[in-house]
Amino acid sequence: MAKRIDVSGLSAYYGSHKAIDDISMTVEPRSVTAFIGPSGCGKSTFLRTLNRMHEVTPGGRVEGKVMLDDENLYGSGVDPVAVRRTVGMVFQRPNPFPTMSIFDNVAAGLRLNGSYKKNELTAVVERSLRGANLWDEVKDRLNKPGSGLSGGQQQRLCIARAIAVEPDVLLMDEPCSALDPISTLAIEDLISELKERFTIVIVTHNMQQAARVSDRTAFFNLAAVGQPGKLVEIDETDRIFSNPSVQATEDYISGRFG
Amino acid sequence: MSHAVQDAPVRTSPRGSLSRRGLPRWAPAGFAAAAIVLGVGTGLAAGLHSRVQWGLISALLFVVISYVVTSAVENRRQARDRLATSAVWVCFLLAVVPLLSLIWTTVSRGAKVVDGYFLTHSMAGVVGFEPGGGVYHALLGTLEQVGLATAIAAPIGLLTAVYLVEYGRGALARAVTFFVDVMTGIPSIVAGLFILSIMLIAGIGPSGLMGALALTILMVPVVVRSTEEMLKLVPNELREAALALGVPKWRVILKVVLPTAIGGITTGVMLAIARVAGETAPILLLVFGSQMINANPFDGPQSSLPFYIWDQYKVGSDASYDRAWGAALVLIAFVMILNLVARGIARWKAPKTSR
Repeated sequence: MAKRIDVSGLSAYYGSHKAIDDISMTVEPRSVTAFIGPSGCGKSTFLRTLNRMHEVTPGGRVEGKVMLDDENLYGSGVDPVAVRRTVGMVFQRPNPFPTMSIFDNVAAGLRLNGSYKKNELTAVVERSLRGANLWDEVKDRLNKPGSGLSGGQQQRLCIARAIAVEPDVLLMDEPCSALDPISTLAIEDLISELKERFTIVIVTHNMQQAARVSDRTAFFNLAAVGQPGKLVEIDETDRIFSNPSVQATEDYISGRFG
Repeated sequence: MSHAVQDAPVRTSPRGSLSRRGLPRWAPAGFAAAAIVLGVGTGLAAGLHSRVQWGLISALLFVVISYVVTSAVENRRQARDRLATSAVWVCFLLAVVPLLSLIWTTVSRGAKVVDGYFLTHSMAGVVGFEPGGGVYHALLGTLEQVGLATAIAAPIGLLTAVYLVEYGRGALARAVTFFVDVMTGIPSIVAGLFILSIMLIAGIGPSGLMGALALTILMVPVVVRSTEEMLKLVPNELREAALALGVPKWRVILKVVLPTAIGGITTGVMLAIARVAGETAPILLLVFGSQMINANPFDGPQSSLPFYIWDQYKVGSDASYDRAWGAALVLIAFVMILNLVARGIARWKAPKTSR
């Protein structure tokens, strides 16, 4: 199930602008890896290169290699649609499909891919909603629209939607930045549970959150506005927050800049 | 701006600096009544015959009275607020009164001839200046011609809009946008002449289909424009969410983007239908007009409601005038029913937000 991600020499561009430069790192399976760093340093861009969502942006293109176990996501003949089924994503703002009910939202991935058996669907939806700790709150109103839920519930619905297609890796782009502390706590607890089954990568601006949920932390930085973002270091979260090997990381974490 | 803020508390009342002297809530109604009385009085005194003039004088007086009284009693900021509100009301009435007058005239003159017989009989064998006959052949023609035009124009317009919003990049997309804009301005007679030239070259006789083709030319740009705007309103986040689930792009468009925008798209198509349902010129040229029932839109002349109205008006007898008004009422009802259906569909399909 959960797979290792091995990135080497990866650069991403928006048109002629280089957004991230020559990043190499390994993301361990069944663990949570957090990306921290100032705004505009390319954390989200890098995250989106991991399931080929970067190229959805007009002008977006990527150089380098992303190995998922032993398969290069950017190899010739690789279907980006198949990549995205393996590497799921949760976005910054909850985005349930407004035309669909709660049930249909969770079932959307399977239905839209056409790869499901009718009698399995109900079971998958229940399992995914339980997996996202949302089942008890919505089991009596599965046919109500998903957009009627609260923000935190909507975000957990989006997580249920993402895990319903059984990806190997789950990417989360600031999943709690639009949520209140209680909903954030619910999502963080969920992340700790999900890492038993998935490889999780989470971008966050909240350093306490990175310290709480992640096993390893990567610090990104950029030399100046308009310069491409770079990976400064990646290490065990404990080490990054107690004794980082680069001075810039310590400055950022202790709030001396950024 | 700044002096309006500064001169606000000129007249401070004893109740405190935050409260102010105010006009009662019925003040606008009072202004309106005063303005109407004055307007009618002026009209009578000056011997103006046109009621429209009386109305315009009243409207102008209403705006002036509102401003003057409010600035005297309250203050200039309130007065300007009242001025804007009054102007909006006057504009609203100026827009609505002709519409209501039109509907009233059509209903009052057309309702007396519209009955079951009128709707189910054609003009075959009816002498033009005598009563009798009906609108069935014209209604059938309009339904078939507009239906055919919609069947051709809606898919073309929809797909063009999907191309422009979801796929279009670079020169081709810009060219398509430009020509769609140009097409919006094509007069209906020009679209009719274009199809007529093809008919003359190919040696085809008049038929409902030819009229429908001309209507298609008029419909496509309207459908493209409105659908494009609706598709642009669909948040990009939804597309990305679906793509990130590993859904192919064409399915994302089909299952997420179009359903989200379906309400607006339906309204756009209906507006386009309403626009072409009243076209007379292409029908005159291409469908030729007929007094008899021709249910086959692919062969031979047909009639249509706008053509029928024009034809009956031309005859010039009381009976034919009545029939023309009756047909006008049927046409308006047809468009209105279509709009109601479209609104129903839009409300039924629109994204639901209730808890």
